[in-house]
Amino acid sequence: MFHLRLYMEYLKQYMKVRLAYRWDFVAQFVTDFLFQAINLVFILVVFGHTNNLNGWSQAEVIFIYGYFLIPWSIFVAFFNLWDFNERYIIRGELDRVLTRPVHSLVQVIMETMTPESLIGVITGLIVMGWAMTDLNLTWTWYDPIWFILFTLGGVAIYAGIFISLTSISLFTDSKSDIQPIMYNIGNYGRYPVNIYHRVIQFVLTWILPFAFVGFYPASYLLDKANWQWYAFLTPIVGMVFLGIGVMIWNVGIRHYRGAGN
Amino acid sequence: MLSAYLEVIRIRFLMMLAYRVNYYSGIVIYSLNIGVYYFLWMAIYGSNQSLQGLSAVQMATYISISWMARAFYFNNLDREIAQEIRDGTVAIQLIRPYHYLLVKVFQGFGEGIFRLLLFSIPGMVVVSLIFPIHLPDPGVVWLKFALSLLLGFIVNVEINLITGLLAFFVLNNQGLIRAKRVMVDLLSGLFIPISFYPEWAQIVLNYLPFQAISYLPSMVLVKGLGGTEFMHALMIQAAWCVLLCIPIQAIWRKARKILVVQGG
Repeated sequence: MFHLRLYMEYLKQYMKVRLAYRWDFVAQFVTDFLFQAINLVFILVVFGHTNNLNGWSQAEVIFIYGYFLIPWSIFVAFFNLWDFNERYIIRGELDRVLTRPVHSLVQVIMETMTPESLIGVITGLIVMGWAMTDLNLTWTWYDPIWFILFTLGGVAIYAGIFISLTSISLFTDSKSDIQPIMYNIGNYGRYPVNIYHRVIQFVLTWILPFAFVGFYPASYLLDKANWQWYAFLTPIVGMVFLGIGVMIWNVGIRHYRGAGN
Repeated sequence: MLSAYLEVIRIRFLMMLAYRVNYYSGIVIYSLNIGVYYFLWMAIYGSNQSLQGLSAVQMATYISISWMARAFYFNNLDREIAQEIRDGTVAIQLIRPYHYLLVKVFQGFGEGIFRLLLFSIPGMVVVSLIFPIHLPDPGVVWLKFALSLLLGFIVNVEINLITGLLAFFVLNNQGLIRAKRVMVDLLSGLFIPISFYPEWAQIVLNYLPFQAISYLPSMVLVKGLGGTEFMHALMIQAAWCVLLCIPIQAIWRKARKILVVQGG
């Protein structure tokens, strides 16, 4: 309850800052939308030349992409850790965070969130809905529950991986470029993984499990029996990776020395 | 006068050299992007030998070469110009005895040459080891490609100048700059060769300058365009190089009259 109230305060503050530059705020919406539209354009154009992608129809590929947008947007909205090193380590803002009586990671997340990215959830639902008009899916009463669990699991996987990577800054203050690299690997999870080489499939499943963010859960919702056991693992994989991330963060905080005087 | 601009290229090159570590991760990121599009396109080809006049191997080569060419032509001149307009340093630039926009162009060129040597070429070696692509043997086709690539670079720089200079009028054009970058990537043929778009979209795209940036240079190399086809591609690029000077000049003239330096 306390955290929720704190969150509302941060949110109010954030909206005041953002609405000072209204047009920039609108432009952000438009460009986010453009970024998401590009992948759709790609899918639509290439299906003009083939009727399936290793057995996946156009509607199915669009559905997978629409589903992927949902956990992805929630992750982007709340785990905006891109400039953590610059802002918190080099400029030393982490020292301020550490003097306050709320868990450091919670504070950092609240200070860097961009709730307007949640618009992607709506885009994702629209894209999924649009694909479903061609798909003829039957949803049982428990599918929406799975849907929510899958989404939370997907967010947790992304969050865990990026919290782990961000924690590296707590051990060394030199800049690393591993975050953008990981971001690009994450993009592999939005297409059917059986188009990739076996080694890549293995990596995306067991080492950097981005396939659990988009592909596996979506294929369960598409009633594809041969992937469903993977889909059921999504919440567990999410918990494991988030757990690892938070653990590394906590160790890092104890190890943290501060960059200046 | 020319020596001053050559100096600009040299300084930018050395500046980039100081931060060269950033580029190793760049090569990894571009290779990852090439990877995802490679697998997607190979799945699209499936059992087809060729689509829209491109064989599967040619498509793989097209993806690799167009991404690595992007490393050469891509720059943030638009952002730099907008930044200088916003913080007022453009005023000092304007009283210096050189043409502000030309300096920007040559800075971009210095950056481009740096990335060509330390990013594109090593990146291309890495990519050709991972993916089954086919690059033409050393010869005149590479010279044609170089010429076409240079024109593509100029068109891209001109578009960047226009977007950057719009900061004179809207003061905060960050969103515009981001949107422009996405549009260029999509419409220049980086993700999808223009010939794969539906008929109506191709007609529209043929009237836009973006194809000159990525699609035409890549096609020159991948298909080894010769004779009239090559001349045709080159003429389109050259025409856009000249045409885009007109809006730049117009905006530049108007902008200098209304320049308002915010603070400073």
